[in-house]
Amino acid sequence: MTNHWIDIKNSDCILIMGSNAAENHPVSFKYVTKAMEKGATLISVDPRFTRTSSRADIFAPIRSGTDIAFLGGMIKYILDKDLYNHEYTAAYTNAPFIVGKDYSFDNGLFSGYKAAEEGPGRGAYDKSQWAFDMDSNGVPRKDRTLKHDRCVFQLLKTHFQRYDLETVSKVTGTSKDDLKRVYKSYAASGARGKAGTIMYAMGWTQHTVGTQNIRTMAIIQLLLGNMGVAGGGVNALRGESNVQGSTDHCLLWHIWPGYLKTARASNTSLEEYNKKWTPASQDPLSANWWQNYSKYSVSLLKSFFGEKATKDNQFGYNWLPKVDDGKAYSWFDLFDAMYNKAINGFFAWGQNPACSGSNAGKIRKAMANLDWMVNVNLFDNETGSFWKGPGVDPASVKTEVFMLPACVSVEKEGSITNSGRWMQWRYPGPAPKGNSLPDGDIIMQLGHKIKKEYKNSGTFPEPIRNLKWDYETNGIYDPHKAAKEINGYFVKDTVIKGKTFKKGTLVPSFAYLTADGSTSSGNWLYCNSYTEKGNMSARRSKTDAVNKIGLYPEFAWCWPVNRRIIYNRASVDLKGHPWDKKDWVIRFEGEEKNGKYVTKKWTGDVPDGGWYPLENPDGSKRDDAKHPFIMRKHGHGQIFGPGRADGPFPEHYEPLECPVEKNYFSSQMTNPTAAVYSTDADAHATCDPRFPFVGTTYRVSEHWQTGLMTRPQPWLMELQPNVFVEMSEELAKLRDISNGERVKVASARGSLECTAVVTKRFRPFKIGYATIHQVGIPWHYGWRWPADGTEESANLLTPPAGDPNTRIPETKAFMVNVTKL
Amino acid sequence: MSKAIFIDTTLCTACRACQVACKQWHNLPAEETVNRGSYQNPEDLSFSTYKLVRMNEEIIDNKLHWLFFADQCRHCRDAPCLDTAFDERAIYKDPLTGAIVYTAQTKRLNADDIIDSCPYNIPRRAADNTLAKCDMCNDRVHNGLKPACVQTCPTGAMDFGERDVMVAKAEKRVKQVQATHPGAMLLDPDAVNVIYLVSQSPRLYWEFAMAQPGKGGLKRSVALRKMAGPLAKLINV
Repeated sequence: MTNHWIDIKNSDCILIMGSNAAENHPVSFKYVTKAMEKGATLISVDPRFTRTSSRADIFAPIRSGTDIAFLGGMIKYILDKDLYNHEYTAAYTNAPFIVGKDYSFDNGLFSGYKAAEEGPGRGAYDKSQWAFDMDSNGVPRKDRTLKHDRCVFQLLKTHFQRYDLETVSKVTGTSKDDLKRVYKSYAASGARGKAGTIMYAMGWTQHTVGTQNIRTMAIIQLLLGNMGVAGGGVNALRGESNVQGSTDHCLLWHIWPGYLKTARASNTSLEEYNKKWTPASQDPLSANWWQNYSKYSVSLLKSFFGEKATKDNQFGYNWLPKVDDGKAYSWFDLFDAMYNKAINGFFAWGQNPACSGSNAGKIRKAMANLDWMVNVNLFDNETGSFWKGPGVDPASVKTEVFMLPACVSVEKEGSITNSGRWMQWRYPGPAPKGNSLPDGDIIMQLGHKIKKEYKNSGTFPEPIRNLKWDYETNGIYDPHKAAKEINGYFVKDTVIKGKTFKKGTLVPSFAYLTADGSTSSGNWLYCNSYTEKGNMSARRSKTDAVNKIGLYPEFAWCWPVNRRIIYNRASVDLKGHPWDKKDWVIRFEGEEKNGKYVTKKWTGDVPDGGWYPLENPDGSKRDDAKHPFIMRKHGHGQIFGPGRADGPFPEHYEPLECPVEKNYFSSQMTNPTAAVYSTDADAHATCDPRFPFVGTTYRVSEHWQTGLMTRPQPWLMELQPNVFVEMSEELAKLRDISNGERVKVASARGSLECTAVVTKRFRPFKIGYATIHQVGIPWHYGWRWPADGTEESANLLTPPAGDPNTRIPETKAFMVNVTKL
Repeated sequence: MSKAIFIDTTLCTACRACQVACKQWHNLPAEETVNRGSYQNPEDLSFSTYKLVRMNEEIIDNKLHWLFFADQCRHCRDAPCLDTAFDERAIYKDPLTGAIVYTAQTKRLNADDIIDSCPYNIPRRAADNTLAKCDMCNDRVHNGLKPACVQTCPTGAMDFGERDVMVAKAEKRVKQVQATHPGAMLLDPDAVNVIYLVSQSPRLYWEFAMAQPGKGGLKRSVALRKMAGPLAKLINV
């Protein structure tokens, strides 16, 4: 979230699309309710009428996988009706930037496309063709009047000209009236002082166009001036209490902690690595915060290798693994490699891929190729027991499986980082049961054992031998030591910015990290969370900030530097006055003399940098100011996003498996850069009469993830005892299915038995001239529990295709059949 | 003055945390259920289910509504079950909280009579005819806590407090809701200590959302006792 949970209450219009917050983030509705009591409009856009829809002012049904068409229509509506925030768009976004002549878009393809000869990536773009025109100083050329025919604003207009109501309705299945109602209500948040917010989750991300779904909304939020303001932002509702934290600390393969880049094989030295990933801006008004990259990367290496990391050995850079250039190592790729017998050992740590992974049948088969698997979890699950799962002959599986029992999160001390980027410290509850251990203890012991193995021998032993591994007190994992390591220390007496810091003291904030090896920090983004003033995340003050918008700055701690709403410099106009006088985030209160600001002072939230506003009260420009989007190279919100794999503008493509034979926007049917896997376990079927219905997966309030913690819980099983498939009354009639009957749901990859829930909440869609039915299945179930094995995972159905930027699987739109047993 | 619960169904998202919290506090066993083609489960209140979110899909004025009704004992101010039982060892009213509480002694009552007397179809029996229902978490309330269901509600659909405060809140809120839903109403607010606010016709939520005549009607013996009032109780003791 750019904003945070409490901040939802400040919104004037809440769009819940790509998520089902009432069911899957129930507590968020405390704040949705507060906003509605103050008159906010709630809009629910979903293939099916959900518990969220039941509370909404407007419900608009949409066919799964057509969000870009839906939102693209909104962009066109906003531009056609002149509802965008002119001042914000011209000053804070890259709408005025002039795009180079090489950029073009024709019939679904951007310039620079080249199809791949072999998969899984189907093709890639030469992104240099999307570059901005630069002036003689190397600064992007701009037309702040937004009239230049190659400025981003005009290109945006042209690009979405095709997204008229007629076509959008034909693609999405949403009626034109519903589209207009949603567009009108949401676009109203573009008025000065009004804010609209988006609450999205996996309904947007899990598509072959997942990243671009969110990009489309980001464009809308920028046009309406909703970024940086209270009650606005782009807000991802995370699916677990600590998903944000695990992402910040590099759960994903392509990043190191704090969103530093994983080193590529071509980054042969630390110097080259830093040079490659440090963006350079020639614009004096651009803060270009990532220019500090090397301070963060070197501090991270110091944290990994401690005193062994020296300037002479590039701080141990060459001890870290590098990934091959152009190759992906995502979840999909790992299990693909396992299926192809390229991986023979596997730690399944706190996860249940046999039920949670898309195309789970392939994952289960892949695990039989392993020599060994270590299952670290609370209980045995479908993953640890895959060798005795449905259709598996245990005698034929060679894999040796070890179970390491982990204790549950509430039994241990430590922190979680919630969707709103709040790091919250938790004290331990009841003591762990049996021989279960905190993950920290398991991983510490594992590290000690591996170090012992490498002590006197081993291939390339340096990374293991030199790894700093001292996060214990009296032999027990100490979460405070880990938290301090993450924040970071001065590793020698240092003078920075005129201040002297003693060796061993905690770094007060990332502004004090250095690239010369005098600081260590496990994650620059968390530098400021645990300082000499104490553990900031353990704070529990209930005092609100001066602006009284629910920031509660001394409750827990928030990255970066306790800034509760990021990009908040965009919440004020060029002179530093809030767009919204009532629910303001920050405000410039510097002194003024003869129409010029002469002192600097911001109040409210921690501002995105304390520089002067861009303009003086008399309207003159300042040369000591900075543009508000400080994490972007050029300091502007990116309506044009030339860094994405699949294009600088979002474009509607059909899901890999879809019910229509034509993309009404272009002749490019599916995302030309999607990742599609192609072993014999990766079947797909599009416009195939065997699988005529759109399928999607989702969660319910009553279960969590693959149900490992909820399926053994009788009170929750009482509420939702069976995997079910929801369908319309029309489809049930078509297939002669009665409500409550067990039926078979099948895709090109697998099938499972489900209980039919025949409901008015699903309606057939009118797509073009065809009637398209959609069904949905929750993915919480698995054969291991209930013990009779009747309930299975919906991921046996889901497809082997992913977004080109993230490789997230397309589990939200695929094709199935539903038949009587 | 007694306590009261205010249930604003316009804020309920049917997350059913209240249903689980009730089972947890009262340590009630889960029922063996199957999906019958609905999210609502168990199908009905029972001896081990005191609180149940009833869920109905209704098309009203061409618009689909999913109506949620967190059903439970209303703790009637003048409770027919109490009068019918006429045995304070089995069913009593806590004078401090207004809670109508059933004890294990309900086994000695005529269960059919008690069940039939309830205008909201609440009490349920065990195999041995012991009766059970919501007790307003009377033990929690005496210890300064809110009932478990109210405590756990994430959206503020449920509130608990002094009856006059809850009635005032309900009356204020219903006026607000009426601005957009003219048919919004409070259900039997003068007669009960669990006051529901609904925005649609009560019957669409649940047959017994509002008081219905008991199946057996008011029995002659009960009517006589009611007429005699406290005096009759004295005589009986």
